[in-house]
Order: sequence, then C-alpha cells, then structure tokens
Amino acid sequence: MIEHVADPILEIHDLTVSYSKRPVLWNIDLTLPQGVLAGIIGPNGAGKSTLIKTAMGLIPKASGYVKLFNKDLEEVRKKVSYVPQRESVDWDFPASALDVVLMGRYGHVGIFKSLRQADKEVALDCLRKVGMEAFADRQISQLSGGQQQRVFLARALAQDADLYFMDEPFAGVDASTEKTIIALLKEMTAKGKTIIVVHHDLNSADEYFDWILLLNTRLVASGPTEKVFTKELLQKTYGGKLNILSSVGDLLHNEQFPNRE
Amino acid sequence: MKELIRFLLLEDPNVRTVVFGTILLNLSASVVGSFAFLQKKSLSGDAVAHSILPGICMAFIFFQTKSLWVLLPGAFVTGWLSLYLVDLISRHSKLKQDTAIAVVLSVFFAVGIILLTYIQHSGSGAQSGLDSFLFGKAAALLEKDLITYAIISLLVIGVTVFFFKEFMLISFDATYAGSIGLPVRGLQLVLTTLTVIAIVTGIQSVGVVLMSAMLITPAVAARYWTDDLKQLLILAVFFNTIAAIMGAYISYRYPSMPTGPWIVVVISLFAFASILFAPKKGLVYSMYRVFKHKSLILKENILKALYQLGEQDNGFRDTRALNKLLAKRNLPLWQVYPALYRLMFEGYLQHTSKGWALTSEGMERGKRIVRLHRLWEMYLSKNLLLASDHVHDDAETIEHILTPELESRLEKSLNFPEVDPHSSKIPR
Repeated sequence: MIEHVADPILEIHDLTVSYSKRPVLWNIDLTLPQGVLAGIIGPNGAGKSTLIKTAMGLIPKASGYVKLFNKDLEEVRKKVSYVPQRESVDWDFPASALDVVLMGRYGHVGIFKSLRQADKEVALDCLRKVGMEAFADRQISQLSGGQQQRVFLARALAQDADLYFMDEPFAGVDASTEKTIIALLKEMTAKGKTIIVVHHDLNSADEYFDWILLLNTRLVASGPTEKVFTKELLQKTYGGKLNILSSVGDLLHNEQFPNRE
Repeated sequence: MKELIRFLLLEDPNVRTVVFGTILLNLSASVVGSFAFLQKKSLSGDAVAHSILPGICMAFIFFQTKSLWVLLPGAFVTGWLSLYLVDLISRHSKLKQDTAIAVVLSVFFAVGIILLTYIQHSGSGAQSGLDSFLFGKAAALLEKDLITYAIISLLVIGVTVFFFKEFMLISFDATYAGSIGLPVRGLQLVLTTLTVIAIVTGIQSVGVVLMSAMLITPAVAARYWTDDLKQLLILAVFFNTIAAIMGAYISYRYPSMPTGPWIVVVISLFAFASILFAPKKGLVYSMYRVFKHKSLILKENILKALYQLGEQDNGFRDTRALNKLLAKRNLPLWQVYPALYRLMFEGYLQHTSKGWALTSEGMERGKRIVRLHRLWEMYLSKNLLLASDHVHDDAETIEHILTPELESRLEKSLNFPEVDPHSSKIPR
C-alpha cells in the first residue's frame, strides 16, 4: 500500500543503499505531501535512520535519486534541517546549550563568517520555544537526556527550515519532554512545515502522526495513518516474511557483488 | 634568585632565542592538539610524529642540506602520508583505527631509523645534527630559525581562528555539519594538515618520541578548568607557554639538563595537578565532598538521636551521658568524639561533666531531621505504595539532603500529615 501524491515535498525514487554491498534499503519509492507529520516505523535494523541520512546526502546512494521541493538537495539545503540521534555525539564536549543551538545558524551565516547578535537572539528564542531558556549557559553534559534532546530540537528550529528530518527524537526522553516536543511538532505542521520522524514506539505512532511509512529494508507501506496503520500491514513489516530478501542481501555481501550491473 | 631575574629579563640573546623558540615551537601544537583531543584522536599525533623521521632523512639524502626549508617539507610529506594511510587502512580493512596507527607508526619509524643510521655511516660531513629530530634540540636553536617558526606558528593559529566555528562543529557533530552542507572532509583535511605542520615544527623542541605529549597534555590540563572551547584553547596555550619557559629556565640554570623533556615533565605536572586539584572536576574536590557529606550525616544523626531521646523521656534539653547516646545510636567512639565537639563549637550542643545537652538551635535542627525522616517515610508509603517496614532505610539518607523548598512541597503534597506510617508523631 504505497500512496503517491501530486506535487510532493519529498520524492524518493527507486532508492537502494548498501553497506558493504549488503542492501539496507531496497528499491524505496515514495512521495510525501507538504505539511504532514510523518513517522517512519519499522523494526531495528530496518534502515529507518539510513533513509533520512540518505535523504540528507550523508550516505551515498547505490542507485535511485531523492528530490526535495522537486529539486536537488544542494539547491534547497537551507530549507531542510536534520536532527541526529542524541547518542551520536559526545555530550562532554566543551560547549553550552546556547553554543549548540547557535550551530543551527551556521548555514545562514555562511562559512568563515562570524555569528551576529541577531543570530544569538534567534537561538535564544528557539531555546525558549522548547522551554530551555533558563539553561542557555549550562554546560551540555549537565543536561538530562530530555533536555539534550530539546537542545537538538532548538538547533533545528534555529535553521528556520521548511522540511525537517528527525532521528528518534523521543528516544530516552522523559514523558514531559515527549509531550512538549510533540505539541511543538504539531504546531509546526499546522504552519505548513513538513516533519519526518524516525520512531519506534508503536503504541504512540497512530496518535502522533498523520502519515506513516512502514519500513523493513523495503518500503512496506506509505500513506495516511488510518489507511496504513493496520494490523495486516504492521504484521507484514514486523513479521519474518522477508527471509528471501535478507538471504539475497547476505549473498551480495558475502560475494561482494555489486547490486547494479 | 639573581639567576632567575636575569633569565626572566631576557638580557642574554641566547636565552632570548631559546625561550622564544621553545614557546613558538609548541604554540601551534597546543592549539590544534586541543581539537585532536576533543575528536578522540589523541594517538594519531603520535603516528605523525614518528612518521616524520623518514621524511627528514629522505629530504637530506636527496638534497644534502640541513636547511629547514628542505627538511620541513620532507617531514610534512611523510607525516601527512602516515595519517592518510591510517585512514585508508581503517576504512578499507577489518583493522580498527588503533591497530592501523600502531602498524603505520612502527613501520615509518623503523624506516626512519634505518635511513638515519645509513646517513650517519655514509660519512658525509654535513649529517651531524639530524638526530636532534629524534630527541629535540631546543637549547641549540638558531636565531635565524626563529623567524621561520614564528611564521609557521602564526599561520597555523591564524587558520584555526579563521575556521574556529567550523572546526568546533565538525569536532562536536560531524554528521550535522554534513547536513547543513559544510564540506566536512575538506575541513577535516585542513585540520589534519595543520596538525601535521604543528607536529613538524614542535618536533624540533621535544623530539619524535615526546611530541604527542605537547599536542594532548595542554588540552587535558585546560579541560579541567573550563567548559568553553575558546577558553580551553587559550588555557592550553597558556599552560604550554609557562611549561616552555620553565623548561628553558631549567636547562639554562643546569646546563646538563635537556630542555624538551623538562617541558614535557612540567606540562604533565600541570595536567596531573589539574586532574587532582581543579575546582568541581578535580579528584580532591570530589573526595572533599564525600568527606563533607559523611561528616554532615554523622553530626545530624547525633542531633537526631538526642532529639529522639528527648521524645522518649519528654525532656528535649536534658543533659545525657555519652553511653545513653551510644545506646540509642551505636557509633564508633573515634567518630563520635570529634563530631560532638564540632557540634558544641557550632552552637548545637552544650557539654557539662554529666554529659551532653541540646541547645535550642540543636533541638530545632534535630527536630527538623526527625520531621524530614518521617515525612519521607510518609511519602514513600503513600505515593510509592511501599510497605511501612520498607521505608526506613531510604529515609535515613534522604533526611540529610532535602532542602527547605522540597520540604514544604512534600508537606503540601501529603496534606500536612500528623503522623508517619509507624504512627510516630511528625514534629513541627
């Protein structure tokens, strides 16, 4: 069940991505409308993070293409923002919460130029939006997991983008942070922003998202939540019916065989 | 003392050369080394330092000159090549980075030693002094070389300042840096190149083997004093400068002493002292805090025991013999005596020949601990639904740490209870 839309904000066409020749994403083909809060759901190792990293040009594609706003990434870089997994960085780094949020302004300021007072004000404003203004000068290692995630979110907000990719923003955060974040995301989509979130809690998925991508190496389904979030499709995503596909993947990896001629 | 003043006034031109030389040689190393430290690449500096030797020897064999403008580029080439190989091996083979570093470092250094031995036996008259790269020769610096090193240091530091925010971002979160379109690989290449240049110059002062200390140790020391990257870089430069001056002074005062190794010893002492004594992060501070907490708990337990005895006998300010206190709460004597006298000096206890009595302040403080203990027991049994025989041990700790603000929140949320789960009255 893959629903395609006209005039998509994100188009992924026949995308295959391999690590050491083993495909982790296999022929992904999807389109996404503007203004949705979309969740990417699937088991561990399904390629969820890989999908958004590839869309951000951080991982090379084996084949296929990605279009954002019907353009190549390089042309629209300033309109796109990416929130990495919280665990992907060392929070002992000598920086304050404000320093991290200011990194969200680097793309606007341009390389080699200094940040201006205006950038600092934007960054403080973004900290305020995630309820962290009191922690601006706090060393980042002294923040709780939920607060660190809010700082990452504030950094993305500081980019002032139209399309957001977020990798597990709800992983390891407290209940009140989760509520704050989801309320903020809904507010943003109401203003026409599009947000794509990697998520692995099935219980909250249908409540949070209005569009869902079910992923397990291949794309099982993509569409509005009420059409996609069905028992049958979830079983297809999480059930072990992909044995042949993963066996072929193992074969490609073991033989170091290219997946395109 | 007179010697020290003469040294510090820099009257002697030789002293001037050595002091400025040793400072300049390692200035850039402490700046770019801080980034290597933060990127957890502390060991790659060691690989570069060792790999520089074959480059220097080859440059000498080909050009038969000891001019820095020939030897340094040679050093740069093999130093850079070693990092490239480490990267190549760890990306395209099953070997991890630490293994790749070990392999590359030893192979390059072995080739370097082979070439050096060959040069020394080839009998060409100009070879003497090449082995100074092995162990450093800060004390033998020439004034004309100073200008060269000053230019190189300023160049490295200038580029680092220019790229400061980009270097900060790729060191903290390279994935995100890529997502906003920064040329991460290119920037890393610039940083790597700066590191190699810094090592090539620094090697003149401390030599191949000790060079990685000059990269990493100033940053280690600085990290204990600040949580801000700019301050960290400035502090690293500061520590490095002081160490250079002290190293130069030691070899000036005692001519048989080498400069380079003494710089390393001094900067390592700075790092060691920082690990021990830095405020908040130092080991001594955390040990002091443990001691302070223990002593607070002990004192409050004594006040609490005396207050509880008062509850039993209905006489809170009565004088009690020590053995009565110990019967209520068994504590080793060597701990009790000093704690009792400290409580007396702090005005919580009075001492007479018959024993110890609470002052009014002591009674209030004992009462508060008892209150907090019972409130916490109440909280655990009401809100966490713990059985009343499971709440005591936890309350024994928590009673010492609750703040007045938390106390009033606790009372409010429990709706100002009269008694605790064991039906003891909660004093107010």
